[in-house]
Amino acid sequence: MTYASGDTLPERAFGPISRTDIVRYQGASGDFNPIHHDEEFARSAGFPTVFSVGMLQAGYVATYLTDLFGPDNVRRFGVRFEEQVWPGDVLTVTGTVSDLTVENGEKVIAIQVVATRQTGGKAITAWASFAA
Amino acid sequence: MGSDEGSGGYTMPLERGKIREFAAATGSASPAYVDDPAPPIPPTFLRTQIFWSPADGSGPKLPDGLELDVRRILHGQQEYIFFGPPPRAGEELTVTSRVESVTEKQGRRGGTMTVIVFVDDFANGEGALVAQGRQTVIQTGRAPS
Repeated sequence: MTYASGDTLPERAFGPISRTDIVRYQGASGDFNPIHHDEEFARSAGFPTVFSVGMLQAGYVATYLTDLFGPDNVRRFGVRFEEQVWPGDVLTVTGTVSDLTVENGEKVIAIQVVATRQTGGKAITAWASFAA
Repeated sequence: MGSDEGSGGYTMPLERGKIREFAAATGSASPAYVDDPAPPIPPTFLRTQIFWSPADGSGPKLPDGLELDVRRILHGQQEYIFFGPPPRAGEELTVTSRVESVTEKQGRRGGTMTVIVFVDDFANGEGALVAQGRQTVIQTGRAPS
């Protein structure tokens, strides 16, 4: 498929995110910060309950992109964490082709992605480059 | 001993089962991850370096007096750069980590925030840099209330 700057990518939903999804990601990644699964610990830190791991949302956004552009083509993937994500949240991921450019001597597609909570709040903004 | 100039480096073997588990945990059913006997790593897979980093605290050294408290830290940003196709299961990477910067900032609600940027370099068996991770962590002045 050929892309042009300004192209809108298909929308995709992830979730509702369950506590099991969070725990499974923590096991897979090795990040066992208890604030994401231990209710008492999360409350002791001032939160109403546990919240998702930022890198889980980042992983969903990465999956959105590798399914569109191919796992072997990733060259850059960056995320900025904006709002926390809570159990039960549904994330809607949307993307735009921002540029067709050259990075490290290779033609790449530059993409901007946003993952939005069901409240309309932005959970993540992401930027990526995939070999074209 | 670790230092600001970076840890001595540790080995991170890339394993098929771990990649399959990680792909499933991040919502991917791509045959490239679950069926290929030597799958490429997903874009955020290098996060699993946690399993291989030394447990003795010999990682990159923080400035004197700065300690991270999981109740007060937020992950601000994370970026991975691949200098070619992502590495695959069966490869063994060497990871070196360093603190790139530590900055104090005024929080919006008052109080001081500390912004710490960690950089991880991932080299392959030939010593070529294949990927780089850059993590921004924000430590708030106290636990939110």
